[in-house]
Amino acid sequence: MTKRLNLALIALLLLLTASWASARPYGYPITDPFQATVVGTPEPLRPKLPADIPVAEDSLVVFKDRKVPDYLWYDSRLRYSYVLQDKPAPLIFLIAGTGASHDSAHMLMQQRAFYQAGFHVVSLSSPTYPNFVVAASENSVVGNAEEDAQDLYRVMQQIWKKLQKKHVEATRFFLTGYSLGGFNAAFVAHLDSQKKVFDFSKVLLINPPLRLYSSISLLDRMLENIPGGLDNFPTYFNNILTKFGAVYKKAKRLEFNEEFLAQAFQAMQPKNEELAALIGLSFRFASAHMAFTSDLMTDYGYVKPKNVHLTRNSDPNAPPGRYMNVVFRLGFTDYFHNFFYPYYKKKDPSLTRNKLIEEMSLTAIEDYLRQADNIEVMHNRNDLILEKGEIDFFPRVFGERATIYPVGGHLGNMDYVENVAHMVGVFTEATGGKSL
Amino acid sequence: MSAIERLTRVLPALALLLLAACSTAPVQKGKQVEEPFFTADQVLGEGAKTQSEAIYDPWQGFNRTMYRFNYHFDRYVFLPAVRGYRAVTPEVARKGIHNFYRNIQDITTLFNSILQLNMEKTLNTTTRLLVNSTIGLAGFIDVASDVPRSDEDFGQTLGYWGVGPGPYLVLPILGPSNLRDGVGYGVDWLAYNEVRRRTTNMETWQEWGMDILRAIDLRDHTAFRYYVQTDSPFEYELVRLLYNAKRELDIER
Repeated sequence: MTKRLNLALIALLLLLTASWASARPYGYPITDPFQATVVGTPEPLRPKLPADIPVAEDSLVVFKDRKVPDYLWYDSRLRYSYVLQDKPAPLIFLIAGTGASHDSAHMLMQQRAFYQAGFHVVSLSSPTYPNFVVAASENSVVGNAEEDAQDLYRVMQQIWKKLQKKHVEATRFFLTGYSLGGFNAAFVAHLDSQKKVFDFSKVLLINPPLRLYSSISLLDRMLENIPGGLDNFPTYFNNILTKFGAVYKKAKRLEFNEEFLAQAFQAMQPKNEELAALIGLSFRFASAHMAFTSDLMTDYGYVKPKNVHLTRNSDPNAPPGRYMNVVFRLGFTDYFHNFFYPYYKKKDPSLTRNKLIEEMSLTAIEDYLRQADNIEVMHNRNDLILEKGEIDFFPRVFGERATIYPVGGHLGNMDYVENVAHMVGVFTEATGGKSL
Repeated sequence: MSAIERLTRVLPALALLLLAACSTAPVQKGKQVEEPFFTADQVLGEGAKTQSEAIYDPWQGFNRTMYRFNYHFDRYVFLPAVRGYRAVTPEVARKGIHNFYRNIQDITTLFNSILQLNMEKTLNTTTRLLVNSTIGLAGFIDVASDVPRSDEDFGQTLGYWGVGPGPYLVLPILGPSNLRDGVGYGVDWLAYNEVRRRTTNMETWQEWGMDILRAIDLRDHTAFRYYVQTDSPFEYELVRLLYNAKRELDIER
């Protein structure tokens, strides 16, 4: 009896070691999804990428007859950036995540990685970034999967036209995006499969949301972790600054950099609820900026009265209106129910809330995604922007074309050396297997 | 027409322009405000609705105008100058120049460390200044980089002795500040000029050249870009908040 048990144990151990040997353990070190999301990837675990690359920053007028409100005077041209090889090469478009610009940290990392891999790289801001809302969104009410895709597609064509005038030669076209940008990339790929302007030979979706409404609800709820609720926001914000300041005072050097942030994180040892509040706060900035910009563009009367005009010098928080404070109290879901939905309902009276929620989802193009061999996904099992069970959509629909990492939270592992190698590899394989 | 005559003609026009640009109230068309979907009454608690701004900003009209002026100055003068500077100066030289100006900044830190009765900072800064100005070849090499460096200015010294920030103030070219720090900046500048006059024998044009290069070096080492970085419709408010928070921390350190 005991002998048999021993044998069984040995067999089990052997089996386990065998499976360990075959499946290399995933090396991203932060298993907690909240910590991963806030801290990201520690510097030593990032790939060495060239720091000095010949990036060009440019801008364009997307709509010639667009009237930009006085208050948003600085945003009339859409800003983007690109970096070019000096010979014909594949061209990759990058789409930024929620509220992020073409030159946010993740975008710069990708720009370097793909440039190093030998591609022309064009970086685009998210359609939810204020500059895009002002300059490149046709109706300036963003978050609509199909319309955002059309806006992005238009901009890509305009930029490509400008680059062609510089005699840039692209051997083929690629597309990728992270977070909401990944979601956008799926819909742009769908559009392109009909219009065939670029005929993307490879598309990579990095940590995309599945159903936008699920994700925005999750993100809005994170701010409920503020002790005492949003009414207590000023106290909460002061506490953060004070805690941060305590670390700042002790620090030997004065530079505000990522190393310092990591130190601050170590010293503060924030609890998960506090981390959730921080994540919620960063998305609240995105939603407030986006909604206020849309409101000014359309004169919809969301938080600013329709017949009040903001000049270039106006105080957006002047009493009694206090538009800024008001819009910071409102989340993505408020925008969805009281601006976004009524706006589209006016255009199509038969539109119901549920129908709109279902349209703002990858499930709306599930049949296309299932057979689109050129689209791959990388995601994390513990991504915070997915409802329980939503992650299963990706292996189910994409099959082998989906890679699900066990940890990483939301984009925490995006800069991790293995993940960067993966995202570059997806495209270098498509060009004939030349890797870094 | 002499320069002064020309100035006396231009100045009133300029003053008018600034005053005209000073109103920060949103402009209402019609008698009655059309209620927006979410109003302050609905969304903000009684306290949040009536409380005044955390940062005293009575000169907001002037400040906002100056903020925009700074953006334009940055875009059309400052940043192109930095680009030109980077194009013609090799990295080693830029590094040396940066060290040189940091060494000069240490003079200001030394004065203010003394005025704040801070022994440790005074000692460290003195060491840095002595070592870097001699072995470090007039500051071009930061040989004393192991000695902790701090940045102290007269605004912080005033803060240390209990002077409040006063009204928020956007200075031309220099950007966010407040009355206390603006005065502090002026005092530091006068003190530095006095030291320079006593220790060197420079012509006026040389002094100007040195100061302009210093400004370019400072801009080169400041990551901030107006509007394009935050792209926030509330950038003025955010910068104001962060400036104040940072200065409070600087004073405490």
